Amino acid sequence: MPQFDPSTFSSQLFWLLICFVVLYWVISKFAIPRIGDILEQRERVVQDDLDRAESLKGEAEQALADYEAAMADAREQARTLMFKVTSDAKAAAEARNKDIGEELTTQIADAEQRIATARDEAMASLTSIAADAAKDAASRLAGLDVNSGDAEAAVSSAMKGNA
Amino acid sequence: MATEEHGDEAAHGPMEQFEIKPLIDLNLGGYDISYTNSALFMTLAVICTFSLFWAATRKRTMIPSRIQSIGELMFEFVAGMVKENVGKEGMKYFPFIFTLFVFILFGNVLGLLPYSFTFTSHIIVNAALAVFIFVAVTIIGFATHGLHYLRLFCPAGTPLPVAIVLVPIEIMSYFIRPVSLSLRLFANMLAGHVLLKVLAGFVISLGIFGIVPFLAVGAVTMLEIMVALIQAYVFALLSTIYLNDAVHLH
Repeated sequence: MPQFDPSTFSSQLFWLLICFVVLYWVISKFAIPRIGDILEQRERVVQDDLDRAESLKGEAEQALADYEAAMADAREQARTLMFKVTSDAKAAAEARNKDIGEELTTQIADAEQRIATARDEAMASLTSIAADAAKDAASRLAGLDVNSGDAEAAVSSAMKGNA
Repeated sequence: MATEEHGDEAAHGPMEQFEIKPLIDLNLGGYDISYTNSALFMTLAVICTFSLFWAATRKRTMIPSRIQSIGELMFEFVAGMVKENVGKEGMKYFPFIFTLFVFILFGNVLGLLPYSFTFTSHIIVNAALAVFIFVAVTIIGFATHGLHYLRLFCPAGTPLPVAIVLVPIEIMSYFIRPVSLSLRLFANMLAGHVLLKVLAGFVISLGIFGIVPFLAVGAVTMLEIMVALIQAYVFALLSTIYLNDAVHLH
């Protein structure tokens, strides 16, 4: 077996040492830094992209939050405005109701006043008419000539008696 | 007659492929350091590695090309192996493990090419690598933990009767590491290449029926490519596991 021929050992070991050292240099000074560089660069780009995605996501979330805040604000404002308009309208309606009510009350009071006056007048004229009628009736039926003052007093007392 | 001659040539001993042939005779202080076919394939392994990583890192694109993917894959594979087995502290040994992996990988794979030479099929090469790893791991172990490194042979809390049996076994298994490490690779490479050679010899000598061993050679070559990759991985993996013992005493 050529493997167990010791005369070849020295040359094999010598060239193994040389080649292994050279290969070690190639690997450690050439291959590893260059491949490591590529991998590092790729990782950095990927990390950058991830970071950017993260920040964009944050921005989007911020925008959504802003939008929601604006919406809530607007809704609140709308509600306040609505409330104000309703209460204004209610107040105006109440004020008008009150005005009209007062006017009506005054008119009713006036009317009542006028009715009372008219009734008093009517009552007053009723006595004289009744006295006239009584005097006429007395003169016609009994032939008595009653003077108007007596007739009136008599009617008044009769009415009071009736009342 | 001509077929006979071909047959004779193909019937060269299956061990002939492992012969070391000097290409340039050299001598250093009485030692023979001739540049041989073994040295040539070691040089080729270095050149292939350099070419691979030069091609892989030439364009440096965000989305890797095929060759760049191969380079990155090898890098991440070995880096992952070291990180997983030894942890972050182990990353300073990553260049060495990576070199070891690539060197054995190219040694095995280049050896599968017809008319090539497999330097990992020589026990002395594997033994040199394994002994270097063994010595380095032992030095790292004692440098990191001092005499506590001897705890490796007798974990804390072992009862005495168990320890009497355990310690010799542990010591033996520790010293057998370089032997098993180098023999595994050597035996795999040797057996694979001998099998291929024997099968290839049958292709010629069986004439028309040689198609059967010919197909077998194809299948075994596939298997040997797998073995070449796996053995490079196993060698590097075991080295990281030994390194882990030295860095983190269990």
